Amino acid sequence: MPSTVTLAVTRYRPEQEAEPTLQTYEVPLRRDWVVLDALNYIKDRLDGSLSFRWSCRMGVCGSCGMMVNGSPKLTCAAFLSDHPPGPIRVEPLHYFPVIRDLVVDTTDFMQKLKKVKPWVIRKEEKPLEEGEYLQTPEQLDAYKQFSMCINCMLCYAACPIYGLEPSFIGPAAIALAQRYNLDSRDEAARERLAILSQDDGIWQCTFVGECTKVCPKHVDPAGAIQQYKLTAAAHWFKSLVLPWGTK
Amino acid sequence: MDIFSCDVLVVGGGGAGLRAAIAVAETHPRLRVAVISKVYPMRSHTVSAEGGAAAVIKDGDTLDAHAYDTISGGDWLCDQDAVEVFVTEAPAEMLQLEHWGCPWSREPDGHIAVRPFGGMKAQRTWFAADKTGFHMLHTLFQTTLKYDAIHRYDEYFVTKLLVDEGRCQGVVAIELATGRVQAITAKAVILCTGGCGRVFPFTTNANIKNGDGMALAYRAGAPLKDMEFVQYHPTGLPFTGILITEATRSEGGWMLNKDGYRYLQDYDLGRPEPKPVLRSMELGPRDRLSQAFVKEQEKGRTLEGPYGHYVHLDIRHLGEKLIDKKLPFVRELCLKYENIDPITEMIPVRPVVHYMMGGIHTDIHGATPLPGLYAAGEAACVSINGANRLGSNSLTEILVFGARAGKVAAAFASEQGEPSPSVIAQAQDEHRRLEEQFLRKDGGKERIATLRAEMQKTTEESAGIYRTGSVLQQAAQSLRDLQERFQDVSLDDRSYTFNTELIAALELSYMLDAAEAIVQSALQRRESRGSHQRTEYPQRDDTQFLAHSLAYRVEEASPRIEYLPVTITRWPPGQRVYGT
Repeated sequence: MPSTVTLAVTRYRPEQEAEPTLQTYEVPLRRDWVVLDALNYIKDRLDGSLSFRWSCRMGVCGSCGMMVNGSPKLTCAAFLSDHPPGPIRVEPLHYFPVIRDLVVDTTDFMQKLKKVKPWVIRKEEKPLEEGEYLQTPEQLDAYKQFSMCINCMLCYAACPIYGLEPSFIGPAAIALAQRYNLDSRDEAARERLAILSQDDGIWQCTFVGECTKVCPKHVDPAGAIQQYKLTAAAHWFKSLVLPWGTK
Repeated sequence: MDIFSCDVLVVGGGGAGLRAAIAVAETHPRLRVAVISKVYPMRSHTVSAEGGAAAVIKDGDTLDAHAYDTISGGDWLCDQDAVEVFVTEAPAEMLQLEHWGCPWSREPDGHIAVRPFGGMKAQRTWFAADKTGFHMLHTLFQTTLKYDAIHRYDEYFVTKLLVDEGRCQGVVAIELATGRVQAITAKAVILCTGGCGRVFPFTTNANIKNGDGMALAYRAGAPLKDMEFVQYHPTGLPFTGILITEATRSEGGWMLNKDGYRYLQDYDLGRPEPKPVLRSMELGPRDRLSQAFVKEQEKGRTLEGPYGHYVHLDIRHLGEKLIDKKLPFVRELCLKYENIDPITEMIPVRPVVHYMMGGIHTDIHGATPLPGLYAAGEAACVSINGANRLGSNSLTEILVFGARAGKVAAAFASEQGEPSPSVIAQAQDEHRRLEEQFLRKDGGKERIATLRAEMQKTTEESAGIYRTGSVLQQAAQSLRDLQERFQDVSLDDRSYTFNTELIAALELSYMLDAAEAIVQSALQRRESRGSHQRTEYPQRDDTQFLAHSLAYRVEEASPRIEYLPVTITRWPPGQRVYGT
């Protein structure tokens, strides 16, 4: 293994530059190092002005998603040694506006999460004194996978529909809606269906499945979207043949 | 300067902060509550907690038993009134989270499942596989979205508390995206900023754990309590410090030295049984297990790797099915970061800084001595953890005391008038300081990373698992020197847009304050208790030190340490006995 590797990193300082540029840095190539370690090496030793987000360094906070050699990755889980021989290109996540260097604007994503009403909605709340809502392991398994999303946004950076149509509510938000729809404690699947079926994006999704491929937590947003389309289509069909009631 | 205002301002968007914000919104729906956080709330470090959250729910368990385990686990430094409140309110808080949708692991009949945990004499730890903190945080965050009354300032960094007429009246903060410095006034402020593990070089803690709230309160005159009590978790991965949850041991994992011997049997922790025994061996408390590691190392019975000494955590005998069901994250982390599969290989582990028992001094309502200022979670020290926290008590603590602080702060805020006009002048001064000290400073030659590394080396050498007076004395002086050198820090980045180097500099200054409080409190506590082990004073000394240390900031000197008696209600100080 060579002792160093070159990183080609997007720089963009809106106070100084009109357009993003690539800047190269040479960093030690260590077997245990992930791309994030190399970025921190740069920031600590070579150039303190490089900006990027990170926090947990164990693949669960969802902060450090970037494009690594053109693919969306958590940089805390992308090993330098898996990207020989370099230079390794590190860029901000695709399809999001860039604020600075590797930092993207996530405002749109945050609004989309809220739009699907990701909380338990019930007609009647059970008082706490009556204990927990019973939920069998099988009922838990029905939505568990969709509850594993860490909001890292890699699926948006991989989604060709989102790239073309930024109003598309997107893979993670749909998976999150499905997480609550399938939870035995929730009763608002119809309400969320109404929100999602207004979204043209769902119908444009062509099941290329890029979102599922890049998901670091195996959430399978493509599967959630497919389920949704089927539910929405069935609902639409029923409303045609049974206009007096679609329960 | 932009000025915003709200009624209750929560600093920090982790578990404690979000629970506090919901408590305000639910109990005082007409108040304007805001959560200000340097990261988006779901990035907060609560997300990394793995094993579970303790609350009595099963037949045969009692609140008194939970209280006793907590108090003995804390080596009698817990305030027992706080512990009683904690264990009593814990079950309802946990159920509340269930009602909000937390995907707790279940028994076949649909009831909540619980698992054993270190130092606990009954099974009372609720869990969501081994991603409990992740699920709790996301459940809380998603639940906050339904309250229109909760406003968020995401990616704002707080640099100062505004205090006037003896009352906390808001904060000054930098909006990261634009670099704008803003005043946010409030009638009550709740600090929920978490711990300061990053003061040490080898920690499970995320990059954002810099003691921000601790330093903010300390600089505003509030004391930091019991800062010498630093928890080393016995099982971190070498190099990365990634946490391997205690749940590995509660499910039946073994700690083995280089000879494959379950060495904990040599340290008054009981006899090795094939199946896990509560409050015994691998299910002993964290302080005792981490201390046993050091002794094993001294005996030459640990293994040695590129990142120092380590021992083995063996879960192979649990089998693939159990591991995938109950410890899937452990497998994922081992595969990713150690390139080993714990189903067929042993996991290399070593003690790693994990949690601060100490923090901002509060009463059982989360109120600090400074009117209008509250604190909850790891940032606070309400004294339920004493000299050693039991695993799975902290996730419950953020709910119980987050909710309590939220309610009490809201009631306080309801009775306050508008902020004093003079706080705006304070905010303008703070703005000027940030410009002069960092962004427009001439000269300066110190690099942040250099000072940070020296601070971390100092804390590790002096305030690690075993401590010695002379080394602590030296460390106190080194930290003074580092504070001095920090004045000479120079930034490469002078821009306003998302300047993370400026934030790193401010975080370093917070950590230096926390480090001084840790070292000075450790120096002055001349006894051994829980996680604080002094080589020259190996015994607990209840005559002199059945007391909390309070560290007060002193201008250009190490902190002044005072003591406050421990509150004892029903459990007089006794011996900690494990393994019987």
